[in-house]
Amino acid sequence: MAAPKMFDLDGNVAVVTGGNGGIGRGIALGLAEAGAAVAILARNEEKSRAVVAEIEKLRAKAVSVHLDVTQRAELAPAMAAAERALGPVSILVNNAGISVQKSALKHDAESWDRVIETNLNSCFFLAQIAARSMMQHKRGKIINIASEYSHFGTGGVISYSAAKGGLVQMTKSLAIDWARYNIQVNAIVPGWIKTDMTLPAQSGPFYDEIITRTPAGRFGDPEEMAGTAIFLASHASDFITGAIINADGGFAIR
Amino acid sequence: MADTKMFELTGKVAVVTGGNGGIGRGIAIGLAKAGAKVAIIGRNEGRNHDTLVALRKIGNPATTLKLDVSQRKSLKPALDSIERELGPIDILVNNAAFAVLKNLMEHTEEDWDSVIETDLTSCFLLSKYAAQSMVPRKAGKIINVASVGGYKGTPIYPSYGVSKGGLLQLTRCLAIELAPHNIQVNSLAPGWTTTDMTDWIRNDPQYAAVKQEMITRTPAGRFAEPDEMAGAAVFLASEASNFVTGADIIVDGGFFIR
Repeated sequence: MAAPKMFDLDGNVAVVTGGNGGIGRGIALGLAEAGAAVAILARNEEKSRAVVAEIEKLRAKAVSVHLDVTQRAELAPAMAAAERALGPVSILVNNAGISVQKSALKHDAESWDRVIETNLNSCFFLAQIAARSMMQHKRGKIINIASEYSHFGTGGVISYSAAKGGLVQMTKSLAIDWARYNIQVNAIVPGWIKTDMTLPAQSGPFYDEIITRTPAGRFGDPEEMAGTAIFLASHASDFITGAIINADGGFAIR
Repeated sequence: MADTKMFELTGKVAVVTGGNGGIGRGIAIGLAKAGAKVAIIGRNEGRNHDTLVALRKIGNPATTLKLDVSQRKSLKPALDSIERELGPIDILVNNAAFAVLKNLMEHTEEDWDSVIETDLTSCFLLSKYAAQSMVPRKAGKIINVASVGGYKGTPIYPSYGVSKGGLLQLTRCLAIELAPHNIQVNSLAPGWTTTDMTDWIRNDPQYAAVKQEMITRTPAGRFAEPDEMAGAAVFLASEASNFVTGADIIVDGGFFIR
């Protein structure tokens, strides 16, 4: 059996925000299968505990920590709780995200702030907390879950695209700043993936457009994001930083 | 305990052009360690042989073929020969390339044509021939080794950048066309790497300032080693990347984004 060692995550501790559903769950399960201990930081503790149980069935270690990423005062305590349970965090996956579908002229400030806080600001503050720990151990991996709306504009989810665009720039800047600590910072652009968040797009004319524009001819499954996440979490990607990897069945380039 | 099966290449047949040195060799060794049966296409028989010895030490079937990829009529027979020896091709790595280090005024038509031929045209032709084998089997992986020089302009050697830029675009077009056949086509873009091709910037004193600029601009603070390309290559060759197509993975220690 030739399981390539460079992808092995034994000894790693991964934090996945929003890891209790959708893409986050797909990534959390993948990281666990590859050997990492995984902390699920999310709002719905029942869903989180279910994913913890799935991970434990893989004979990996996992813990659920309650966290609403918009509550800045809770970020450090949540990360500390994860470290107390599993050990120093070596992998941070900034995955938690929300979307508010309001057209630009109708978009209210409260919704705007909430989307930017969840999808961009919290990612920065969590990265900051994680990096302070990773620096001590002279290595770390930060993986930001971006979006096709990091590349493209949209009339439908303006605040979401602004946040996801900012997230890509943040990825590049943190990559530059923290290379000196051997912390690699990269982003994944999932394509259109079958999750609760994309339910409105899984039927109707918009669905037809997505399928037409996706060379793979289908939505992706959340589990299909795991391979890219494991790659970016592992030694196989140690010389890769500031990269934006499209895992999208070819949507971005058609 | 860790299960990294999705990255395994056990039983897969991989062809690596220019796999007898530099980045190609780094990739070939990585694919072999992941379980693949690797065929090297290269011009230099001595280097082909040395690489074969290294591949055989890893333990999977391997072979080499002496061929210059600019020989258009020999490309299909080469792939046919590899398939007869190792089996149907699952993974094609278009890596063979060279640069003519001349500026615009010195660049001859022959310089231009020869670089485009090896660095771009051979990739189109080999992809076509490999796809002819992959399409009926409804599976395959094509990995084009591009370069950060496919995005960034360079002050000299325009033919290289044009080839690499074209290769990025070839990647996207083939990704779209071959997706219905479950063939993923992606590229890997190395930045500054320690190989014979960068000997001039690393070792020639007249380029010391340029080398320093490149290193200063690389957050990782150094050139890459060829084996640091292997991770991305194995990822793109494996089922871990089945929903990744038309993508480019830049492996450059952060040079491009600074």
